[in-house]
Amino acid sequence: MMEAESRSFADAEINRCLTPEEKIQFLRQMFRIRRFEQTSLKAYNAGKMGGFLHLYTGQESVAVATISLLGENDHVITAYRDHGHALVCGMEMGECMAEFFGKATGSSKGKGGSMHLFAPDKRYWGGHGIVAGQTPLGLGIAYALKYKGIRGCCLCYLGDGAVNQGVFHESLNLASLMSLPVIYIIENNGYSMGTSLARSSAFKQMLAQRAEGYNIPWDHANGENIYEMRVKTQAAIERAHEESRPTVLEIATYRYYGHSVADANARKYRTPEEIEHYKTYHDPLRLWQKRLVDEGILTEEQADAIDHEARAEAEVASRFADESPFPTEADIFTDVYSEVDQPVGDGPHGTYFFN
Amino acid sequence: MPLITYRKALNDALAEELLRDENVVLLGEEVAEYNGAYKVTEGLWARFGSKRVVDTPISEAGFVGMAVGASMLGIRPVVELMFWSFSYVTFDQIINNAGCVRYMSGGQIACPIVIRGPANGGTNVGATHSHTPENFLANTPGLKVVCPATAYDAKGLMKAAIRDNDPVMFMENTLLYGEQWEVPEEEYLIPIGVADVKREGTDISLIAHGRAVLTCLKAAEILQAQHGISAEVVDLRSIRPLDEETLLASVRKTHRAVLVEENKPFCGVDAQIASLIQEKAFDELDAPIQRISALDAPAIYSPPLEKLQLPTPDRVVQKALSIC
Ligand SMILES: Cc1ncc(C[n+]2csc(CCOP(=O)(O)OP(=O)(O)O)c2C)c(N)n1
Ligand SMILES: [Mg+2]
Repeated sequence: MMEAESRSFADAEINRCLTPEEKIQFLRQMFRIRRFEQTSLKAYNAGKMGGFLHLYTGQESVAVATISLLGENDHVITAYRDHGHALVCGMEMGECMAEFFGKATGSSKGKGGSMHLFAPDKRYWGGHGIVAGQTPLGLGIAYALKYKGIRGCCLCYLGDGAVNQGVFHESLNLASLMSLPVIYIIENNGYSMGTSLARSSAFKQMLAQRAEGYNIPWDHANGENIYEMRVKTQAAIERAHEESRPTVLEIATYRYYGHSVADANARKYRTPEEIEHYKTYHDPLRLWQKRLVDEGILTEEQADAIDHEARAEAEVASRFADESPFPTEADIFTDVYSEVDQPVGDGPHGTYFFN
Repeated sequence: MPLITYRKALNDALAEELLRDENVVLLGEEVAEYNGAYKVTEGLWARFGSKRVVDTPISEAGFVGMAVGASMLGIRPVVELMFWSFSYVTFDQIINNAGCVRYMSGGQIACPIVIRGPANGGTNVGATHSHTPENFLANTPGLKVVCPATAYDAKGLMKAAIRDNDPVMFMENTLLYGEQWEVPEEEYLIPIGVADVKREGTDISLIAHGRAVLTCLKAAEILQAQHGISAEVVDLRSIRPLDEETLLASVRKTHRAVLVEENKPFCGVDAQIASLIQEKAFDELDAPIQRISALDAPAIYSPPLEKLQLPTPDRVVQKALSIC
């Protein structure tokens, strides 16, 4: 039965139209995220960066599958576990790694850090460090699209812990009330820091079901299955594009590392067996690789070559970050006020900084 | 020049900007069909329609955040808070998102939003509805904060705020909405960051913002009439950016300063001003800087006492006399 369901996702129009090269590209993107993060972890442990580093390892398929469907007027915004989304949206490894290292060549010139990667030119709006703080921003992006009469949508990602923030519920109410083309994707990895889903959320069947109370359609998907996620996401995108209506889509996934690299209890709130089980039986990258081999469009050798390229790309990014200069002290005061950076008329007027 | 109310001046500014730029949108609780809780947006929904003037549910964190997100894509939302006191449920959206997104994106994202509404005590609505958060918000680099004291300033600053590419926190005053001032019919803008000497004087500088400016003007009249003291009244108008030059020039001229605000004293705006003056004009001072703020307790409800809690002309006069 599960086999049959799985096949039906693969056979869905949206997946049947995929070329072998596109399918291989999904694998390539997952390898790129994974090797990029492994390299960043090494750099973190070598003291190359400060603060937090929230690894997406284990969840790569979610960003790859969902973002694969976006067109030129569709936008993305997420929380601090943002490396995967950033790379899939087209950000370069080098600018991201340099941002982690706090370098002037970073995507935000070293002003944001790993939680705050942005590329508005790629319709990727970050990268936000406050749990659920991005949820009304995603709504606002959808609002702007509708206001301008643009047929598009915004994918707004959040975690299973973020669903308990009031502002997310306010956003759901507004999304439905104002009929806005926003798609909330709950990446349910089972934990919010050290707190399991069972200890953080009251719900009936699914977190996404809460959408019912706001008259918003909802669905769920298995994060191991790229075909399934594409089918479910496509339905949400069509709803957004055709009817300007929101959707809540919950995706079951799992993170292999601690909440962040600095998670002191990474091995305490879940068993090593649980983690091993996921890695062995549910790794989305390996499962996709196997599927492509089974489909006869990829050999193991070709997969290894893709992996190899991803590692090499990450190494180059790491070297680039390492060799890049830090921002200067004067850079502390740029990008605070646009009027200071780009004066208009006879401005800027008055004192902006009180040192 | 026609005399118009502070409310009408704001209304005119909003209407002119709605007309000028199709990306300007007014959002907030009761701003459209109800015509605004304080009638600042009166008639605008009827004139501009539901796309441009939008009623929201009581959901400040949600709709302020939504407006911040929309502004990142080039919409210019003017969001009304029924009271600035209610900004406290949306501080995250204001400070972390509006205030930080430009910086954290390395200058890639602009947030041209205006958040406006009344921020004042003195109306017997109790502590929860009487907050004046200009000091909190001016503490966030990335935000601009303005507090107009007259209809003329309200209009010119509102138009500048809407055209500004950074988030502007615009603080009005319910006690001023019905007051009238001369406002020209021709279009004008007041740049943010420029103070205004509301009354010239030679003996002492009374430096204030918001309604406290009017308190100082009354005090200046008393000082002149009853004590022969010529007081200069400097209206900051904008808190951040701050027109240091104008206020320091006044102090260099008069050599005495009383700082007056309706904000609370601890880390109030005037704590910053006092620090600036002593740092940059210490040798010019003939007397210690004095401060008058709201009396340092939650806003009391009891009407006669609340009047005493805010700075009065009499308190300003007494303070001025203590150093003249
Ligand atoms: C408002 C707020 N509270 C707490 C935190 C600290 N914090 C950061 S992430 C996190 C857990 C969130 O878990 P979840 O939403 O499931 O996302 P995940 O980390 O699993 O991707 C916490 C408690 C924060 N950043 N913001
Ligand atoms: Mg989680």
